[in-house]
Amino acid sequence: MSSLQNISLPGPTITPVSKPFWDSVAAGKLSIQQCNSCQEWVFYPREHCPHCLSDDLTWKEASGSGSLKTWSVIHRAGHPAWQDRTPYVVGIVELEEGPSLLTHLLVKEEDLAYKMKVKVSFEVIENHTLPFFTKEETQ
Amino acid sequence: MSNRLQGAIIGIGELKPVRYSEGKTTLGLIAEATRLAIQDAGISKEEIDGLLVGPQVGETPQHVPATVSEYLGINPTMSNTVDLGGATGPGMIWRAAAAIQAGMCETVVCVLANKNEKGEALRSPNRNPIREFDVPFGASGANTSYALLKRQHMEKHGSTQEEFAEIAYWARKNAQLNPNAIFYGKPLEVKDILQSPVISDPLHLLEIVMPVAGGAAVVVTSEEKAKKSNKKPVYLKGAGEKITHRAVSQAPDIDALPFSYSIPHALKQAETYIEDIDLLSLYDCYTSVVATTLESTGLCKPGEFGEFVKNHSFGHDGDYPLNTHGGQLGFGQADLAGGMSHVVEAVVQLRGDGGNRQIPNAKQALVTGNGATLSETTALVLGGER
Repeated sequence: MSSLQNISLPGPTITPVSKPFWDSVAAGKLSIQQCNSCQEWVFYPREHCPHCLSDDLTWKEASGSGSLKTWSVIHRAGHPAWQDRTPYVVGIVELEEGPSLLTHLLVKEEDLAYKMKVKVSFEVIENHTLPFFTKEETQ
Repeated sequence: MSNRLQGAIIGIGELKPVRYSEGKTTLGLIAEATRLAIQDAGISKEEIDGLLVGPQVGETPQHVPATVSEYLGINPTMSNTVDLGGATGPGMIWRAAAAIQAGMCETVVCVLANKNEKGEALRSPNRNPIREFDVPFGASGANTSYALLKRQHMEKHGSTQEEFAEIAYWARKNAQLNPNAIFYGKPLEVKDILQSPVISDPLHLLEIVMPVAGGAAVVVTSEEKAKKSNKKPVYLKGAGEKITHRAVSQAPDIDALPFSYSIPHALKQAETYIEDIDLLSLYDCYTSVVATTLESTGLCKPGEFGEFVKNHSFGHDGDYPLNTHGGQLGFGQADLAGGMSHVVEAVVQLRGDGGNRQIPNAKQALVTGNGATLSETTALVLGGER
């Protein structure tokens, strides 16, 4: 038996500012902020727009689609609780709306491709829901 | 107003890296590196009136300059914490010169050190936003962040594992001429690097620095005082710095990382060209950092470092001497002090003190520092002549 089995996977450390994001994720939606002043989309959640510093931000549902900028197949996890799940894939997704986020990819290693289209897939990991991404099937 | 930087390095002190320290404090290692540096400069500690230190030094999370001053028994008229990750060392050098030019002090000790005890956590814990938006997805630590940038380079430019491995090969080869290097006596072939375990694909174990205990201190003073020094002064001729992001998910495109600003700025300020640089002392926590840095120097175009490393040689007797002390990949990384090792080696070479690894005609060196994930970048041009 692994000595790591009792270590919990670290969940999100939610703040009052980010709570609407995590609430939307728990409800199966990907909501991010948009600036009412310059119209740019913003991620991660903040009190100020990094483009124009306006504090007038609105939560809106994003499309949940994006493209894969880069990825890594992790063999030695940086956090010990993840080691039992190796190898697994993390990557950076550029959302259609513009911002990029780091995520976990449910994509086979041989299917990973630069700029491939991906879409959000909500997964329950231990007690929390996280926005993972999968390959977007072409219609 | 003239933007010519004025300042000279007259003293260096570097501790021989060890894998683990035992019974040492970071404050003690800082004092030891400082003692060596002022001894090298031939000055007394009463002459130190400026102090630059790193953040969260071991036992001292706050009031770091005051705690270090007290420990050293000095009373600086200028002190500060420089917090630029691996760029902290080079970032200190131009700040020291600027403080001297501003009339706040004349002789500044820039010092970084790190203890590394077995079983001790190496880094401070992740905090938001990285803790909240990266860690829950299984991404913790620098290995994964640098793997992501390396993968982007490979996919965008078609660079290969062999090309990256060449960088680790040269670092290890150069370390064979430096008895202080952690990997002295342990040469590697490219195939050894490629066959080492994959940690965070596409990064192999032997493309990643070894954390060690150690420290380094550098004494920066005015040009007037440097002229009276018994050591050949090494002059600060130019500097450049740029910061773009913290989390790797927020990094600009691989070809627009901040070295593409800071290196040209340093060269321009020094009124020199990359072709007139004799030593490349480039921050190398990972192979992929050197690749991106080389592409930002103008020696090769974005995406073309692979051709460049295949066609040149990087030893002390090569056409592009690079990290002649072994780089951090060969020398070891004593946390933030690892970045200072690139400054120290440039001084050694520009003084002509390189011994069996001395490069011929060493007149100018380009030194770089890099913190977080190619986020905080500093470049310096150092010269043996003003």
